[in-house]
Amino acid sequence: MTTTAAPSPAAADIPDNTPALDVEGLCVDLSTPSGQVRAVDGVSFSVRRGRTLALLGESGCGKSMTALSVVGLLDPAAEVTGGAVRVRGSDTLRMSPAERRKLAGPVLSIVFQDALTALNPVQPVGRQIGEPFRIHRGLSRRQAHEKAIELMTRVGIPEPRQRARSYPHQFSGGMRQRLLIAMAVALDPDVLIADEPTTALDVTVQAQIMRLLRDLQDEREMALVLITHDLAVVAQRADDVVVMYAGTVVENGPVREVFAAPRHPYTRGLLDSVPEHAVRGRPLPAVPGSPPELSAVPAGCVFQDRCPLVRERCVQERPTLRASGDGRSAACHFSEELARA
Amino acid sequence: MPREEPTTADTTAGAGADTTTVGTTAADTRDTTAAGAPDTTAADTAADTGADTPAGAASSPHRANWWRMLGRDRAAAVAAVVLSLVVLVALFGRLVIGDRAQRQDLDSSLRPPSLGDGVYGLFGTDVLGRSVLARLIDAAATTLSVAVPAVLCSLLIGSALGLWAGYHGGRRESLAMRVADVILSFPSLLIAVVVLYVFSPSALNLVLILAVARIPVYLRTARAEAAELRSRLFVDAARTFGTPSRSIIYRHILPIALPTLLTVAALDFCFVMLTESSLSFLGIGIQPPDVSWGLMVAQGRQYLQTAWWITVLPGLAIVFTTVSATVLAAWVRMATDPAQRWRLTLPTKRRGASAAVPPELIP
Amino acid sequence: MIPFLRKRMISSAIPLFCVVLGVFFLARMTGNPVDLYLPLSATAEQRAEFSAAQGFDLSIPAQLWNYLVDAAHLDFGTSLRTGQPATEMVLDAFPVTLQLAGVTMLLAITGALLVGSLAAYRPNSLVDRIASLLSMTAASIPDFWFAIMGVLVFGVSLGWLPTSGTLGGPEIWVLPVATLLIRPFGVLVQVVRGSMVTALSAPYVKIARSKGATPRRVIFGHALRNAVTPVLTVAGDLAVGLVNGAVIVETIFGWPGIGKLMIDSILQRDFAVLQAAVLLTAVTIFALNILVDVCHALTDPRVRLAVPA
Repeated sequence: MTTTAAPSPAAADIPDNTPALDVEGLCVDLSTPSGQVRAVDGVSFSVRRGRTLALLGESGCGKSMTALSVVGLLDPAAEVTGGAVRVRGSDTLRMSPAERRKLAGPVLSIVFQDALTALNPVQPVGRQIGEPFRIHRGLSRRQAHEKAIELMTRVGIPEPRQRARSYPHQFSGGMRQRLLIAMAVALDPDVLIADEPTTALDVTVQAQIMRLLRDLQDEREMALVLITHDLAVVAQRADDVVVMYAGTVVENGPVREVFAAPRHPYTRGLLDSVPEHAVRGRPLPAVPGSPPELSAVPAGCVFQDRCPLVRERCVQERPTLRASGDGRSAACHFSEELARA
Repeated sequence: MPREEPTTADTTAGAGADTTTVGTTAADTRDTTAAGAPDTTAADTAADTGADTPAGAASSPHRANWWRMLGRDRAAAVAAVVLSLVVLVALFGRLVIGDRAQRQDLDSSLRPPSLGDGVYGLFGTDVLGRSVLARLIDAAATTLSVAVPAVLCSLLIGSALGLWAGYHGGRRESLAMRVADVILSFPSLLIAVVVLYVFSPSALNLVLILAVARIPVYLRTARAEAAELRSRLFVDAARTFGTPSRSIIYRHILPIALPTLLTVAALDFCFVMLTESSLSFLGIGIQPPDVSWGLMVAQGRQYLQTAWWITVLPGLAIVFTTVSATVLAAWVRMATDPAQRWRLTLPTKRRGASAAVPPELIP
Repeated sequence: MIPFLRKRMISSAIPLFCVVLGVFFLARMTGNPVDLYLPLSATAEQRAEFSAAQGFDLSIPAQLWNYLVDAAHLDFGTSLRTGQPATEMVLDAFPVTLQLAGVTMLLAITGALLVGSLAAYRPNSLVDRIASLLSMTAASIPDFWFAIMGVLVFGVSLGWLPTSGTLGGPEIWVLPVATLLIRPFGVLVQVVRGSMVTALSAPYVKIARSKGATPRRVIFGHALRNAVTPVLTVAGDLAVGLVNGAVIVETIFGWPGIGKLMIDSILQRDFAVLQAAVLLTAVTIFALNILVDVCHALTDPRVRLAVPA
């Protein structure tokens, strides 16, 4: 970023087929009482501007940690041990903190799940929303305040001029999430990461927030990385999906195709457990068992303990993520078999 | 978050118990799988794996871990050893020294510490020729016999009242809190001073005053814990089964609040010991011929210029005991806090590297 | 803010009133309050005369009424030791303690903010571990012993500082303030460190960093103000506890403050003075609590804007 050859902030001169965010072979290790464990193991994905990528998986599968490592906000107990995170052609993992800070806001941005704790309780919200302009554009306090009011209007806060002087605790959950989104899109980032942005909200509010995110994405041509465990949200909102299990990617591809014909038994299990497909009178199908402890991930396939198709080979050899040429890949020895079934 | 760890062991499914933040209920209802926690931060995940491991394997490794963790933290290990030593001396010291703490020998008055005068001359003698070592041992028993009952009384009464008030809420809660406020808003030394003026200073009165003065501390802590826990799912669940409130408090709330209360008690032990020493030093605590460390400091004060050891040594005894209790309390607090415990498992050298604050925040 | 303060003032006044009542009933609990006021050697006639003069032969409610009326007029009787009005003696001694406590708290808070933040930047680093151990030790040292050691080393052995007294230059302040300082300083360092670590690992700090804020902006713009709230609460409690220390320090260094006055009146059984001193201390603590509440409201909008229940 700081070299003279660095691309200008305007994304126009970047070829359209270059992904806005390209994560390759990301590994994150975690210090735990039982020693170092690998929480994220060789995760790769990329997303272009204007597209939405969903990171789908159960709690603890490493999707949030992947997101945090992309924006460089990992907790100190976790450490990125390998891989690359490329934005605008340079690897953020190799950057100095100062270089990274220049990207935080104008290029990469994040929205968290819990908007109450993500907003500073002792600062008026207007000041917090205007802060990116103060940091990156050097605007005066008053100019930043005006910008903040504009943004608050855009995300649908009623009476933004008065509300800008209020504090986070004076807003409802949905409004707080809107504020957080306003702050994240302030500088038109290339990539917006939304880490379970609607989990803490009521169903009706969830829909509003998702609509707002979509509108903002269309308007600003952002790449959106949506982290969720909600299959419905993925089906409705995402273009591509990356299914994660126990720190690894087990399947990826266009949402429509993956959901229509999953090539990994885990994806299949997830889809089967959606109540819509259930038959009255029969128990709801569920993936039996629970994900492995990170400290005890089996040597072979990570999903072997819960897999209905498990065979000898799965115990001995870990399947790699194989591309099948149609823009999809799956990490299963028997994905063709599954596709035929 | 910090106190949820014990619950994971109790409620096997862990669905409600180990979820983390405000988003609990929303996440629970949707997550049909057992893993309730929406994966949040690294520390949380670290804590969760830590809490879950023993449940998966067996229950005993967890206990063994504690000793190992204590062994890894050198300061805490030393503190534990010092405290055990003090307790042993207080329990059995008097049996060994007999009446030497009171035995006068005016010929050997104010002897400095030396190796030549036998065991009891090791720390010198006071103005009446009494062995300072023997008096230190005797005083250890007196000091602990005031501090320990006082702490236990206030711990029991304060916790019981606090849990009860916090669990039931409403008027009972506000009444208990008002009383606690009244007692706490006044310096405890001052309460003791006034009460000991009106009644005569004695070990029993001292215990009573110190216990009453410190009850509010436990009451507040226990109330806060119980008030927070009473709205949790597992308490609601117990209530729907018709469990009487007494058993809910005892079975579900107390085990979670206990580590915090014990930590407070350890810190409070220091406070009580210091207050007792101060009162004895001022002449309104333990009265001669009984002896406590604080009183020894006061008695030695006149001979400060000629016989430093009479004053310095009992002071050191107080400092070692209270510092050890503080260090151990800090360690227990960290060890029982799942969000922090992972730090104790790291080798000391790595701890600096993996700071709780990201390295780039360090200016 | 005004409703908030009104509510806090009422709830702080309750303890104050309880103390006033407590002193009254405590004095009567032993049976005969004359025992408290008069020396043990007093004759039966002296006792009867004193009892009548003080109104101790009246009924308890009547005595309580007189007591409350007198207290409202700040009239707590005369000292048996000096013959001066007790209130006057207490008010004379009061500024000494107030100065001592003020200087101490100022130093403790600034020092703790510095050392505590420094330790919080690198938790578990060498600086942090040293600061933790030192602050724990400081909070656990008996102050009377610390004072005596100070006298022994700097007064007696080295002869740098006076061992007691209030006459002289700034050097007379060193040992008393240092003695009074150690406990609040040690406790505050730990509190500042703890709340700073918590604040720095809070989600809003993550968000601030995701906006590209510099470390300085994160620490001073976001973390510090959030970390100050618990520090204020504890500082208030410690200031109350400073009375404990003042008793010790003033006794050892011979400062004519409230603490020494109280101990002297206990040892010489001068109940009128003790009662006046205790009640004035209670009033001071009441004022201090209000001050802490005001500071709270100023730093935390959640407190300031809360709807009073």
